[in-house]
Parts: sequence; structure tokens; C-alpha cells
Amino acid sequence: MFYRETGDFKTSYSADTQTFPIKLDRYRFWAIAIFAGILVPLWIASVPRQSAEFFVNPILLPFLIFSLAAIGLNILTGYCGQVSLGTGGFMAVGAYACYKLTTAFPDLNLVLVIFASGAITAGVGVLFGLPSLRIKGFYLAVATLAAQFFLTWMFSKFGWFYNNSATGQITMPPREVFGIAITGPDAAPWATYFFCFFFVFVMGWAARNLVRGRVGRSWMAIRDMDIAAEIIGVNPLKTKLSAFAVSSFLVGIAGALYFGVWYGSAEPTEAFGITLSFQILFMIIIGGLGSMTGSFLGAGFMVLLPILLKKLMVDMGGMEVAVAKHIEIVVVGALIILFLILEPHGLARLWQLAKEKLRLWPFPY
Amino acid sequence: MTNALQRLNPLRPEGIALLLLAAFLGRAIWWFAVSDARDTSFATEIIISGLLAGVMYSLVALGFVLIFKSSGIFNYSQGVMALFAGLFASGFMTDFGLSPFIAIPLTMVVMVITAILIERFVLQYLVGQEPIILFMATIGLAYVMEGIGDLVWGSDVKRLDVGLPSGASDFMFDCCNLYVEKLEVSAAVVAAVLVAALMAFTQYTRIGRALRAVADDHQAALSVGISLRTIWVIVWSIAGFVALTAGVMWGAKSGVQFSLSLIALKALPVLMIGGFTSIPGAIIGGLIIGVGEKVAEIYLGPTMADLFGANPNNFTAIENWFAYVLALVVLLFRPQGLFGEKIIERV
Repeated sequence: MFYRETGDFKTSYSADTQTFPIKLDRYRFWAIAIFAGILVPLWIASVPRQSAEFFVNPILLPFLIFSLAAIGLNILTGYCGQVSLGTGGFMAVGAYACYKLTTAFPDLNLVLVIFASGAITAGVGVLFGLPSLRIKGFYLAVATLAAQFFLTWMFSKFGWFYNNSATGQITMPPREVFGIAITGPDAAPWATYFFCFFFVFVMGWAARNLVRGRVGRSWMAIRDMDIAAEIIGVNPLKTKLSAFAVSSFLVGIAGALYFGVWYGSAEPTEAFGITLSFQILFMIIIGGLGSMTGSFLGAGFMVLLPILLKKLMVDMGGMEVAVAKHIEIVVVGALIILFLILEPHGLARLWQLAKEKLRLWPFPY
Repeated sequence: MTNALQRLNPLRPEGIALLLLAAFLGRAIWWFAVSDARDTSFATEIIISGLLAGVMYSLVALGFVLIFKSSGIFNYSQGVMALFAGLFASGFMTDFGLSPFIAIPLTMVVMVITAILIERFVLQYLVGQEPIILFMATIGLAYVMEGIGDLVWGSDVKRLDVGLPSGASDFMFDCCNLYVEKLEVSAAVVAAVLVAALMAFTQYTRIGRALRAVADDHQAALSVGISLRTIWVIVWSIAGFVALTAGVMWGAKSGVQFSLSLIALKALPVLMIGGFTSIPGAIIGGLIIGVGEKVAEIYLGPTMADLFGANPNNFTAIENWFAYVLALVVLLFRPQGLFGEKIIERV
């Protein structure tokens, strides 16, 4: 069983245009899906709750949620070439939409609520995407900061958004899906994990198919050269705004999960600050711009790195927490620079190189 | 939708903007003429303090412009450089008991060494990369510098007293009945001197000419024998010097602390208004943002209450985003900023 196209005969057009043309890739995809979607939840459900929470809350949930956010940002920045620093603000929109919908319509199914939050965020994203028609490059990046700061300010100032709660925080009420608690203190770790996995799987599937279709090709045309794209008949208005809409939709869902399922309660300037925007931008740069795999790799890297560093320095090295925190910042910064120098195309590029090698293996070329 | 937008074009968006601006200014002048003296002197105080705060923003924006012009790098770490310099200056003064006249040159040495290290370990390897990669690298740099600054000097708020005058200016109080902070005036004077010196430096010295040559065209500059690496070290050192000034000024005003690095975020809209490549643009942009922000902070709430009956308390603490929205509006009419080079695109 070699990793190559040879011998894998396609007898229909749909087989010829499928996402993974190589058989081994297809097997790998389904293996990962079954592993992450069935085996991992089963395993989480089987171990005692405390050790399950140890894995689910600090590692698995952020990995899934940030992957989704990274896919969203990657559509906008990696595929359509519009640099955005407003991801944190859009995640806040998703979170607040989720909060308002669950508190205003207590009987609404949580899955619907989260999709609706995504849709609301998509609308807000289109609104803030309008300047992209006139503003380009770094000017646009700075302009998206307006979204970041304005949205978080709005959510902390207007009582309607947080139902005038005394602390200004929003807290997710306990909700069930098909009788299984997903949010609130009673939610089982496996249920929260599976809930997030479901969204990442569905949205990742949709996004992957979107970027390899007509819409995705027009995004990439705009990214590569907008004027040339316009000349060959790609409508920049539709293309850019659709990229903003789809990207914000995913980011909004990620924000809703981030608040509803992972944190449970949030406060706009703390949880959705500019650092969150940068963090997700790091993920797609380190993972690889314009790559689905890269979004997952980058998210995994950025989630695991601080945890590993903390383990190494505080638990094994016996350092003070404050000092370790500063060293961690330095190391993260230095690693980002190192990555950019060694592999500016990100982890996804390494993965791709490995696959190229594998296709020729065992021959050198 | 597109057609409608295109049909709007003959109306000349810049013309509309100018008309609106003229109407607004006329209204403001009218207001000054008819209002009583207490209101107008209060408004003048606000405008003056806005102008002085704007000078501080310009200081940070200047560092951005210098680096962007000469290397095309959008240097996010400028604000952290100010924090870094401020930390070292205050550390030298409080922990070693040095006088400001020794501590500040010493900090300058640190900044030059930083510039050399940055060139040696980061920029050298990233020549010719895409702008976004370079931008991300400077974010990484910001993290590293912030962490090192905190590791060396600790992360608590430090006082920085370099002997600048403070308190209300008696002169302004006596002559025009206005309250003006001395510290802000001296900061404005320092900034003005700095800008003049930088302009003179780039216009009239050998190195300044080389800087402008590199800014114009990297390859052409290389081919006439200008060393790109030396120039970059010099530019980053100058940016370090600007950051040092900004750090000392902001530090003297509100203490050296982490929030100092966030003024970089304030400098971004300044840059957008002025244009990324223009030194005068950075100054004017800073002044516009400074005044706009202060005026909006005071008058936006009551205005909204008058117009829409909104709760004026909802429109406080807007300084985080107001500058961006202002910049966004300017950009909608002039996508390259007020003073930026006209964007010419070829296929």
C-alpha cells in the first residue's frame, strides 16, 4: 500500500474531482475522524471525571475551538488575502449572540442557537468588511482593529447585551441537547467535547469544499491579484464580502463555543481582547496560510506550547510562576520568529513536503 | 449594487468630505462666537490638551514611519520598544541611582545594541519575505522585548522622573485663564525638536541621503554601494531613539507600565490618517486624533443624548475605538491617508 495515485483508477467525474484523490489520504481522513469523533469521546466517558476534565478543558476544547476560528480567519486571510486583526471582536459577537439567544429563547435547541450566532456574526462581518472594497493591505488590517475595539467596547457599555447583570459578565445558562447537558456545571466532559467536535467536523467539511469550488477559486484570484481578477470577471464586491461573511460565520460559531461550552462565562475586554486576535493570527501563520491542515496544526501548536512550557519550567524546573510567565512570553515570541525564518509557509508546508517525499518513496526521485 | 457605487463616483467623495468638514468647522466657529466665555475657554482647554496628547501619539507614529519607509516593515513592536526603553531608563535611574543625563544615553546604547541584535538575528534572514511575514516577525519581537524587559526590571509600575516641569502652567493660567499641563507642553516641545532634527537629518546628511535612497528603491541603493544592513541598523537605532523619547515622555506622564506598549495601537490610526510613508503625515495625523479623541470624549455623549435621546453615560471611555473609526472615515475618502503616496496599481 503505497502513497500514490498510481493504480487508483477513477471511473467517474465525481471520483476524479474528490477532495482526497489519493486512497491513503482518504483512509487517513476517515481514521482521524473516527478516532476523534468516536474513540476519543468514548475514552473520555470511560475515565473518571477529574482526569477527563484535565484533558478536555485545557487541551481538547481549546484545540477544537481555536481550530475552527483559525479556519475562519484562514478563509479571510489565507484564501482571500484580507488581513484581519478583528477576530477577537467577531468571536465576541458570536458569544454575545449565543448568550442573548439562549436567554431570550430558552427552549431553542442549542445547535440552532449556535448556527444562528454564526449567522449574526456573518452579518456583522460583512458590515465591517465593507471598507475592504476601498482599503487594502495594512490599512485594512488596521481598519479591522476598529471592529475589534468598537465591538468589545459596545458589549461592555450597553446593558442590553449582558442583560444588565451586575458584574457586566455574561454567564451561559445550563442547556441540554437531546437530554444531554452541554453547557453549565453539569455538562459531562465527553458531551462538551463531542458537541465541539461536531461543529468543527461539519464546518471544516463545508469550508474545505467551499474553498475548492467556484467561490474559493474566486477568493484566491482576488488574493493573488485583485485587479487581474476583476478583469477576468471576478466581482470584487461579492467575493470580498462573501469571504468576510463565511469567515465571520465560522469565527462566530467558534466564539459561541468558546464562551458557551468552554468558558461558561466571559467578560468582553478580558476574554475577547486584542491578544485573542493575535493568537489566532499566529495560529494561521505558524500553521500555514491558505491551508486547512495548517489551521489545525497551528491551533494545536499554539494550544500545546504554553502548556508544555509551563510543565517544563514550573513543574519540572521548579521556577516561580511569575518568572516562568515572562520566560514563556519570550520563548513564544522567539519561536514565532524562528518559525518565520525557517519555514515562512508554516507547518502545513512541512506536511506537504513530507507527502511529496512519501509519493516517491522508496526511490530518491 | 456595484453599479450604484460606480455611479456615485462622479460626485467625488473627497469633495463631499471637504464640504462636510467645512460645514462642521463653520458650526464650531459659530458655536465659539455665540457661547459664553466659560464654555469656550473649557473647549479651548480641551483642544489644547488634545493637541498636546496628539504630539505624543505622533512621537510613536514617527518611529513606525521611519521603519516603514526605509524597509517596508510594518513594525508592530514600536510601542513595546517605547516600553522597553522606558523600563531601562527608569531602571538605571532608580536601581543604580544614576542621574537622567547618564541614564538616558546609557539607555540609548541599549537601544542601539537591540537594533544590531534585531538586524543580526531577525531581519537579515527575512529579506524579501512577504510584508505579512515581516509584520508577524515584529509581533514576535514585541513579545520577546516585553518578556525581557519584565524579566530584567520586574513588571510593576515604575515612576520615571527625569526632571521635566510638571503642574499647571502659570503663564497660560494668568494670561488666558486656561489650565495647561507643563509636562505636556514640554513633551510637545521635545517632540517638535525631535521632528525638526529628524527632518534635517534625512535631508542634509550623508546617512540621511542613504536612508532616503533605500526607502526609494532597495536594489538601486544596493547597486550604488549603500550597505542595506548598516542602513537597517541605523534606522532601527533611530526608531529606538524615537521610542526612547516616547517612553520617557509617556513614562514621566503616567509611569512606566505594560499599558505603555498599548500606545502603539493608538499610533496605528494616526498612521492611517497621515499615510504610512509621510513624516508630516504622522504629525498632522497625531494632532487630528488627539483633538478628535478629546473633543469626542467630552461632547459625543451629550450630542447623542440631544439627537437621539440616548443615555450619555453609554458614550464614555470611547478613546479605545474612536481613533480607529475616525481613521476609517478618512480612509474611505482617501485610501492612502492624507499624505500618503498615491497608490498606483499596475497589472
